[in-house]
Amino acid sequence: MAIPCPFFRSSAEADLRELTQFLLDQATDGLLPFAAQMEAARRYSRTIAEVEEISLTNGILPARYQRNREMISLRQQLTLFRSKVAVFGCGGLGGYIVEELARLGVGSIVAVDPDVFEEHNLNRQILSTLNQLGQKKVEAAAKRVAAVNPAVKLRPVAEAFDEKKGSGFLQGVDVAVDALDSIPVRLQLAEMCDKFEIPLVHGAIAGWYGQLTTQFPGDRTLQKIYPHNRELPGIEGKQGNPSFTPAVVASLEVAEVVKILLKTGVLTRNKYLTIDLYHLEMNEIPLKKD
Amino acid sequence: MQVTIKLFANFRINKFKQDTRDYDSTKTVGEIVEELGIQNSEVGIIFINGRNAAMDQILTDGDTLSLFPLVGGG
Repeated sequence: MAIPCPFFRSSAEADLRELTQFLLDQATDGLLPFAAQMEAARRYSRTIAEVEEISLTNGILPARYQRNREMISLRQQLTLFRSKVAVFGCGGLGGYIVEELARLGVGSIVAVDPDVFEEHNLNRQILSTLNQLGQKKVEAAAKRVAAVNPAVKLRPVAEAFDEKKGSGFLQGVDVAVDALDSIPVRLQLAEMCDKFEIPLVHGAIAGWYGQLTTQFPGDRTLQKIYPHNRELPGIEGKQGNPSFTPAVVASLEVAEVVKILLKTGVLTRNKYLTIDLYHLEMNEIPLKKD
Repeated sequence: MQVTIKLFANFRINKFKQDTRDYDSTKTVGEIVEELGIQNSEVGIIFINGRNAAMDQILTDGDTLSLFPLVGGG
């Protein structure tokens, strides 16, 4: 039986008060420099992430987010920090998605990919570098996030998504992001997200072309956009993928994630967006009920 | 019978964005896909008048057929 200990509780409360005062003293114009965030973590034996949450809760914005301030309010920044996003695939799309989520300050990321970097990834996959060839993509993602924004926790999962393991990957997840390279696996992920009532942002690429849609539980959008040839690879087999298409489509996916998390803006829901960088055309295609 | 065909992404290359064609006899989507030199396995979404359609669906006068490639890379 746990015995309440008023001494420890009040001591923890006193520590928190002291830490909060430290953050308020260190902030200028409502902004907390990263050096002060680190010092607070050291002095009060907290993680950088804990200090970030306490800071945001007390109306102080870590200075790294100051250029977000006009479009993401402090409260919204706290919502992002308390959010968990799962990224399936850490290749062309997934690398950029992880990078952008971490820079945004999404507090918790699950990155799922069984692969290691190979030379043919270097033309487009932002997390791949020469000295990381042969290394697991999710390990590179974890290192990158730690280097860019140590307030963000990234859980690397070096496994392929499948229906059996899917529920574990999706535990506590607010939004799932499809950055996979296989249509059948995408459809499995969509089913799993439907079952666990998690919104799914879908993106796919091939050569100069890409597509985007957001599926909410019950929408069954992915089933509609892949009605034929579900077991086949797409035209990416012939078209390949250059450096710029993944960056464009990944960024569109992250914008969708932010709008879902913050319950704001207009989503690509019940429609899908085709992106044609060759003919410089985007088409929004409404998906009617069949 | 007149059918308007809209092609997207790589399907347009060396072809067209939109074309209206006259046919004497009835045609299925699959027959038009073949006539255009598009491989069946590369077709993702087929719309007839904005609704999902199958390869064996028969087109009727005034229909608009839209063809999108299968895109699955990441």
